[in-house]
Amino acid sequence: MSSLSYGEIAYNGLWRNNPALVQILGLCPLLAVSSNVANALGLGLATMMVLTGSNLAVSLIRRQVSEAVRIPVFVMIIATLTTCTELLMKAYTYELYQILGIFISLIVTNCVILGRAEAFASKNTALSSAFDGLMMGMGFALVLVVIGGIREALGNGTLFADMDLLFGPLASGWTLHLYGEGEGLLLAILPPGAFIVVGFLIALKNAIDSSLEQRKARTEVGEKERVSRRVRTTGAIN
Amino acid sequence: MSNPNSGLGRSIGFNSLLLGVFALVTSLLLASTYLNTRDRIAEAERLSAQSGLLELYPATSHDNDLLDDVLPIPDSYLKTLGLRQPTDIHVVRKAGEVVGFIMPAVAPDGYSGDIDMIIGINADGTLAGVRVTRHKETPGLGDKIELRKHPWIRSFDGLGLGNPPREQWTVTKHGGIFDQFTGATITPRAVVHKVRDALLFYSEYGDQLLTATSGGRTADDNLARDEGEQP
Repeated sequence: MSSLSYGEIAYNGLWRNNPALVQILGLCPLLAVSSNVANALGLGLATMMVLTGSNLAVSLIRRQVSEAVRIPVFVMIIATLTTCTELLMKAYTYELYQILGIFISLIVTNCVILGRAEAFASKNTALSSAFDGLMMGMGFALVLVVIGGIREALGNGTLFADMDLLFGPLASGWTLHLYGEGEGLLLAILPPGAFIVVGFLIALKNAIDSSLEQRKARTEVGEKERVSRRVRTTGAIN
Repeated sequence: MSNPNSGLGRSIGFNSLLLGVFALVTSLLLASTYLNTRDRIAEAERLSAQSGLLELYPATSHDNDLLDDVLPIPDSYLKTLGLRQPTDIHVVRKAGEVVGFIMPAVAPDGYSGDIDMIIGINADGTLAGVRVTRHKETPGLGDKIELRKHPWIRSFDGLGLGNPPREQWTVTKHGGIFDQFTGATITPRAVVHKVRDALLFYSEYGDQLLTATSGGRTADDNLARDEGEQP
């Protein structure tokens, strides 16, 4: 496990073992706040911060903490980092904090975070643990933003609305209006829309994975055939 | 016999100490983050509370601090405004004269729960404006009561209790003058009725409010003001 290269860690977090699409962890905040890109990105970044920090901290203390009190210590670390993130968001992005509200503190219950602390950070070096946290967090955030984008585009007819809540007044002009306001598919913004979009994303990922596998299998078979044909040809000439 | 016990004891002691150390370290981290962000959070909360008030009465229309210049709402009227706990009315003044008041109100009969709003009423009883501050109405239907979604909420500006007459203070479906939204009647009706209640409150209690706002001045000032109002 400790021999994983950074490339593998990144591939794991972003695609093969993606927390949202494969492990299906942390769906509660994922579904609740993904109604537009700004909210999704806000929660995604916050989760990424907590996950990277907790993985780093857990990895640093992994030799000092005994088996018996391991879990309480992890939880303490995660809770502290979540609360710090919450305070920072309150101080610097207050409006966004008001929208995301309880889901920021709920990061603490996101199974991805304790899961990575237990499964990866407690067994690996600080640097690769922090990188794993960053990649897992990024994988989570990317899915969140994609869902947010799809739901916002379908439901509201906009993209990147309210980004100024995250990036300051500079970003207030970033909103893209795709079509007439208020003519969107209402279902997309409502909770069922979140489930449907997540379902389609998981299906899409599986479809891509299996088509990649098929292509790989086909090229392998093709190579074998080519080899055997060549053998036969030579045999025929002789 | 004493050996396993002391081993267990040592392990319990060690683990407790470990937990204690971690609790201490994390608390220190939390405390320092809290201390470092405290002022900024207070400032952000203040700005956020103020920005709503400033929408009703922009900076040019007054010269007092809207957040600090407040009067309590009497308990007997809390229910009229739909409030569940004692809340304050913000006083708007310019050059010593009372321009108007901003009061919070809650419409409890929205489509999905409470609709919190702030209502600005000029000293003469006309509406300076209404803004919805918090609601859970259906996105795309009822949420048009938000100014950023739809200009509907501006249709209150300048109206008062006699204009339109009281029975028309409802949505057009019920013979009023306020538009409902396609697919959403309950939400705008709740807002309209609560704004009407706020105006009723002001018509009953407004005089006392105007008197109370001069409370901070000297007796002479009060006298002068009273005399000035006589004609």
